Amino acid sequence: MRVRESWVRVVIVGVKTWIEGWPVYRQLTGSDPLGRGAAAQSARSKSLTARTETADRVAKSVCPYCAVGCGQRIFVKDEKVVQIEGDPDSPISRGRLCPKGSASLSLVTSDRRQQKVLYRRPYATDWEELELDTAMEMIADRVLAARDATWEDKDDEGRPLNRTLGISSLGGATLDNEENYLIKKLFTAIGAIQIENQARI
Amino acid sequence: MAEAHPVGFQWVIEAKNRGAKVIHVDPRFTRTSALAHTYLPVRAGADIAFLGGVVNYILSNEKDFREYVVAYTNASMIVSEDFQDTEDLDGLFSGYDPETNTYDQSSWQYAGQQDEGQGQGESHVDRETASGLEQESHGPPIPADVPRDPTLQDPRCVYQVLKRHYARYTPEVVERLCGVPQEKFLEVCEAWTANSGRERTTALVYSVGWTQHSVGVQYIRTGAIIQLLLGNMGRPGGGVMALRGHASIQGSTDIPTLFNLLPGYLPMPHFKQHQLFDQWIDAIRHPEQAGFWANAKSYAVSLLKSYWGDAATAENDYGYGWMPRLTGDHGTYQQVLDMIDGKVKGYFLLGQNPAVGSAHGKAQRLGMANLDWLVVRDLFMIESATFWKNGPEIGTGEIVPEECKTEVFFMPAASHAEKSGTFTQTQRMLQWREQAVEPSGDARSELWFFYHLGRIIRERLAGSTRPRDAGILNLTWDYELHGELEEPSGEDVLKEINGYDVTTGKLLSSFTEMKSDGSTSGGCWIYTGVYKDGVNQAARRKPGSEQNYVAREWGWAWPADRRTLYNRASADPDGKPWSERKKYVWWDEAKGEWVGDDVPDFEKTKPPSYRPAEGATGVEAISGDDAFIMQGDGKGWLYAPSGLIDGPMPTHYEPAESTVRNPLYGQQANPTRKVYERSDNLTNPSPPERHAEVFPYVFSTSRLTEHHTAGGMSRQLAYLSELQPEMFVEVSPELAAERGLEHMGWAHMVTARAAIEARVMVTDRLAPLRIDGRVVHQLWMPYHWGSEGLVTGDSANDLIGITLDPNVLIQESKVGTCDIQPGRRPTGPELLTYVQGYRDRAGLTPGHRTPIETPRDADDGQQ
Amino acid sequence: MGSNSLYGPLDPAPDAGYTDAPPRMGFFTDTSVCIGCKACEVACKTWNAVPDDGFDLLGHSYDNTGGLTANSWRHVAFIEQPRSSSGAGTDVPGAFAGLPVGPSSVPATNVVAARAGADTGTSPGIRPAVDALAAAATAGTEFLGTAPATQASPAGGAQFLGMPMTDLPGRVNEAPRTDFRWLMMSNVCKHCTHAGCLDVCPTGALFRTEFGTVVVQEDICNGCGYCISACPYGVIDRREDDGRAWKCTLCYDRLGDGLEPACAKACPTESIQFGELSELRERAARRVETLHENGVAEARLYGNDPSDGVGGDGAFFLLLDEPEVYGLPPDPHVPTRDIVLMWKRAGLAALTMAATAVVAFAGRRQ
Repeated sequence: MRVRESWVRVVIVGVKTWIEGWPVYRQLTGSDPLGRGAAAQSARSKSLTARTETADRVAKSVCPYCAVGCGQRIFVKDEKVVQIEGDPDSPISRGRLCPKGSASLSLVTSDRRQQKVLYRRPYATDWEELELDTAMEMIADRVLAARDATWEDKDDEGRPLNRTLGISSLGGATLDNEENYLIKKLFTAIGAIQIENQARI
Repeated sequence: MAEAHPVGFQWVIEAKNRGAKVIHVDPRFTRTSALAHTYLPVRAGADIAFLGGVVNYILSNEKDFREYVVAYTNASMIVSEDFQDTEDLDGLFSGYDPETNTYDQSSWQYAGQQDEGQGQGESHVDRETASGLEQESHGPPIPADVPRDPTLQDPRCVYQVLKRHYARYTPEVVERLCGVPQEKFLEVCEAWTANSGRERTTALVYSVGWTQHSVGVQYIRTGAIIQLLLGNMGRPGGGVMALRGHASIQGSTDIPTLFNLLPGYLPMPHFKQHQLFDQWIDAIRHPEQAGFWANAKSYAVSLLKSYWGDAATAENDYGYGWMPRLTGDHGTYQQVLDMIDGKVKGYFLLGQNPAVGSAHGKAQRLGMANLDWLVVRDLFMIESATFWKNGPEIGTGEIVPEECKTEVFFMPAASHAEKSGTFTQTQRMLQWREQAVEPSGDARSELWFFYHLGRIIRERLAGSTRPRDAGILNLTWDYELHGELEEPSGEDVLKEINGYDVTTGKLLSSFTEMKSDGSTSGGCWIYTGVYKDGVNQAARRKPGSEQNYVAREWGWAWPADRRTLYNRASADPDGKPWSERKKYVWWDEAKGEWVGDDVPDFEKTKPPSYRPAEGATGVEAISGDDAFIMQGDGKGWLYAPSGLIDGPMPTHYEPAESTVRNPLYGQQANPTRKVYERSDNLTNPSPPERHAEVFPYVFSTSRLTEHHTAGGMSRQLAYLSELQPEMFVEVSPELAAERGLEHMGWAHMVTARAAIEARVMVTDRLAPLRIDGRVVHQLWMPYHWGSEGLVTGDSANDLIGITLDPNVLIQESKVGTCDIQPGRRPTGPELLTYVQGYRDRAGLTPGHRTPIETPRDADDGQQ
Repeated sequence: MGSNSLYGPLDPAPDAGYTDAPPRMGFFTDTSVCIGCKACEVACKTWNAVPDDGFDLLGHSYDNTGGLTANSWRHVAFIEQPRSSSGAGTDVPGAFAGLPVGPSSVPATNVVAARAGADTGTSPGIRPAVDALAAAATAGTEFLGTAPATQASPAGGAQFLGMPMTDLPGRVNEAPRTDFRWLMMSNVCKHCTHAGCLDVCPTGALFRTEFGTVVVQEDICNGCGYCISACPYGVIDRREDDGRAWKCTLCYDRLGDGLEPACAKACPTESIQFGELSELRERAARRVETLHENGVAEARLYGNDPSDGVGGDGAFFLLLDEPEVYGLPPDPHVPTRDIVLMWKRAGLAALTMAATAVVAFAGRRQ
């Protein structure tokens, strides 16, 4: 019985809440006789809050498109990026973003982004999937093989060359300085000199 | 600027609201023009004529900021008697060698320094190795002690040489070459000069389309000459502002992934010029040179210590012997042609899409189709990863999937939100990004990819005694890893870049602490200080609203956190601000140091009155009024006695492909431009060659606000794709009438390389110009489209051939000639036949060679 | 219920029952600094998860979303405007003065643009602007030598894009162009003081917020569509997939947390300014004054006047030409303007009946 009593109370309270939440009731009893404002506000509207306010954390970042270097704030909830907008603190951008910067959320969260390593065999007409570790081993094999096959120790006059012209690289300019540093360091150490990036273009 | 850098443009609007006058010069009316006070349509490829006209206006009316010019530029220096100008030699400077198409530069030197100039063999090598790029952080070597005439009256002083060089660049000539009415041109000259001087400064802003010309470096030089003459360098509100187009493209030249450079603009060793360690060092610093660059050995040794750690010792020249050597041009375009020729086995594409983004798309794709293997790392599927199934050559039959051997690995990349690290933006400012989330699936950062690739390679080679493997086995490759993915620590790498004392491990605060004895390590000397006091300075985020306008506590700028380069020039020779209105950095007599809003780009306690002792070198040789401290002579260069392949002063040459004969000189185009003469890289004929009329129109390409470069980061996004959904070509109503083009109908454009199609946009934003007495039509295309993504279309870069600026080996892709016809292009093999028809009509038959030096009798018999 | 509840000057939030209403918030969109970057469109869609509007090249300058629809709550209009005289605000010859230019084809391109309207996937999407179509069709088509009827209509639609682009005073078609303007304007819901959409909404889906803005509540809207014909600006629109009406909410969820709307936050040049309406009106008046002092005589405000046909807009504009040039109605008025008296009589009776019903219903349930 106690269970039932409390259930009844819940129903009564619920109905009361429902009634009070009913626009026409609010319209007639409240300050909004035309029912176009406070009385018409739905429960959902009342509970709306900005998802930036409920984010777990905010990362301070920089827009990845052009070189102006606009500040971005990346809002994260449950380990997912939920919003990217301008960082008002930035003396460069003062919180503003262009259409590309404003599309950064889709750039990061798009379901068109490739998630799996893909592999195209010689003469194949389509992709196949490959494990990341396997791909890394295969690429290392190929780098070493290309390097050995095209290694140049010295020129005709005995001057050192220490290099391979069998490997090329072309980088984008949205890579971090730290990444470019490691790329140049590794390629230089293995003797690959044909290392270029967007700055040449 | 409003088109491609909209958020940066807020400062132009801000300036405009405070009374600044905004002038926009562009071949087409853009969103920037819409907000400018004055817009001037010009012919693409005639910028030196325009800017040279401004130089002429300044000099012939003596509108230069004389005190500044005398004190801070090389205007007073005396040029060698042997120097002959293009005005004397019909478009060539003295020393031209028609065999190599380069100059013996010795006659370009200052008086008494003729022996210091580069021989022509070296100039040829310098072109191959794009040595001009080394000067991003400093001037080329030059002795400090040069005869001068401070009165600027000596007929051989730079000021007078410059004045004579530009004397023919009159408003009439500007009108004739650029299509700009004289009164409009003079309005610009008057506005620019009136707004420069003690009380006022003018900023010159260019977008890096300027670099994409066969005379690109000289375009920018001309701008720099004007800004030096008007005293606008090193001062607030002045300068030459390069709007670069990628988040860290500045960083990727500072810490280069470029064939000819090492971090901090050190040259990659050349097999002949730099056979020995000391040769390499001495090539970087001139032994008697003034300025900070004289300490090059410290920077170079510290880099080698960063690479090879304890294995780099004085005995083994710090591992210099492990460095690979250049033998010539190994740039991206040479590589692609080598791919076509089967010389390259493997290719890494790291967030780059050359099938759409590089000049001559067909060459790019055919090159990739002839590799053993290709690794593509990107966020989205891009054209460069699918050339074997979706590229235009599938339709023409030039690539058959079943016959294409290239193995392709597509490796998903982590986005900017999924990794931490620094970008260097367009004003040399490093900003640290915090990682927001872990990358998902197989997506990984480049840091991860290259660290682990290096780890695997080192494991494979472990125990090898082959000399060729010593460099990689001795490499320091030990970075802190974190997280489940074993991501290397970006901060660890940034600390290595910053540099530290090898014995104490203490991070360096300034490149002045670097030593040449192996006791310091540092991966990029110009970035030393980014970890000053053990703090990641690039991560500083003091709100702009809580700082003055220089905002020094936000991020970190190289060198040494200086926000405006050469800011010593913001004070007069005595160290006083030129004016109260424009004060920025000045000498505080009481404190005995330079003070102001910025970090002084000068030795902090060196007084304005300091004069070097006889025979001083390096930093000691920099005078208290030598504002341009990275230059060998401490001066801003109006005239470049060395360091440039194509001449000491910018000269108007027509683009490699032009519809008009050079009205100023017999020499048609840049006589030192880099040309790859091949049957698969044909150049449209230009006057005085015959058949130029086959390609009667000038075209240019650039970006739209709504897209990003080759489209990999924008055509995949619905919110951007809907804003500009289709490839189009903009034409004037007059050109539309001439060719029967319908608004929103189809048209196709043809060059010697390709034919592509686009929808037509007839617009008043383009206008025909009258050039040298005839009407020249220009058309414009965005270059964002390709075959992958939500919106697809033909790629404008397919139209463009490979001809490069000789100083930096960047392609001429902002101007070319073409035909335009209504309707869609042919498809399938017919497309090849169609383009071949144009080649035949243009005389581009086997054996045809594009003249680099224009034959002196070329105009004989021409109409 | 005040005497002005349906027409005339009014502070709408207190009138709608918010006793402690915060100041009325709104937008001032200053088109004189708009660079047409469309950051507002993208920032809006990103924040509000609004679907894309389809991938159709419309040929109307750089506008490819076409107008305000259920799927585009901010829309940037581009108006290419040849002028035969020097641009105001400059002391120099026009940009194209002295160049070898012939007559412009703009009216002809206009016709093509008018016929290239795309299906936005919403209803009614972008409405035909008959006047502009007619004006364009009669002017200058012979220049291109192509009859409009033979133009391809790639997207299959025949709707106009919502922006008339008729010849301007002083422009003679045969005259050479000497100058040119490219006007850009970010359009948005006006959040009218007297909002026709709200007045006719039978479900209470449309409501007046405490900030004085007008918002569709997606959990209430049943897709009846009455609001669409009631909007004097043609802003509100339905999505075809879910049938519901959608439009700018002035980022109601952000406002509640003290944040500014996404579009205003992103706008690089502060063309879109957000704030207290009273303050914005003062700022706008000062801006017009400044522009006039600088010789931009054509600068004028639109939607700022509380005594206009909608009681003034919560989102108002600084324009550089007549409203029609931007596709804005010159004299919008709320449909309920003429029925105030009717409401006062018949409406009261209706309300009494409704109230009786409610009391009876509520009493029974308790």
